[in-house]
Amino acid sequence: MKVVTVCGMGFGTSLMLLMSVKESGRKYGITVEGEATDLGSYKGKSCDLIVASSEIAKQIEADVPVLAITNLLDKAEIEEKIRPYLNK
Amino acid sequence: MANRLKKMLTEEMVRLDPPLLSTPEEVIEYCGNILVENKKAKAGYVKEMIDSYQRFGPYMVMAPGLALPHARPGGNVKEPCISFVKLKEPVCFHHPCNDPVWVVFALGGVSDDGHIELLQDLSSLLAGERMIEKLAALNTYEELEKLMEKEARR
Repeated sequence: MKVVTVCGMGFGTSLMLLMSVKESGRKYGITVEGEATDLGSYKGKSCDLIVASSEIAKQIEADVPVLAITNLLDKAEIEEKIRPYLNK
Repeated sequence: MANRLKKMLTEEMVRLDPPLLSTPEEVIEYCGNILVENKKAKAGYVKEMIDSYQRFGPYMVMAPGLALPHARPGGNVKEPCISFVKLKEPVCFHHPCNDPVWVVFALGGVSDDGHIELLQDLSSLLAGERMIEKLAALNTYEELEKLMEKEARR
């Protein structure tokens, strides 16, 4: 499956988030392809799922599900939220 | 794990309990000025970090008590860099869940992915048990060094 992580600049929190998302995928045997991007560029990316910090998620409009993460260091929160989507 | 973080977060890049800072802008400016004083970034980068906060809001408060101010990589950063500040009194960044902020890492990057190794090291450090509480309780640089060494070995 392909996941796009988004933050204000596509350079800090989105990259850290992407690492955790990939780690959750590995745990369940799913290869997650991913890309970290910024709020100005996510619209052109095709993906199955978007993951962002809660403050950024509010500003995202997309056709695919958008997961909002409150504590970006909480691997349990990330895993719990992404697990239902880990199937492709 | 290659401990790039420990190599970059030298004593000059760390301040514990600086004189009272009361707004997010003051905190970001203080952390950014450490990068400038150490000639890792130009003064313009500090303004870019404050602009990013004002433009995108408090999302840089990525976990309870922890802020990670940065701006886009660009000409104002000379080399990948990071500073760390533990505040004397916590500061409200107006984040709905993760306020107040006690510990701050300011980041500077020169390309979109040149700092991935640094971010990986930072993620492993921050994944340590009750790490933000431990960082908020630091009294000396040596204590921080020990935490970094310990997490690098995990």
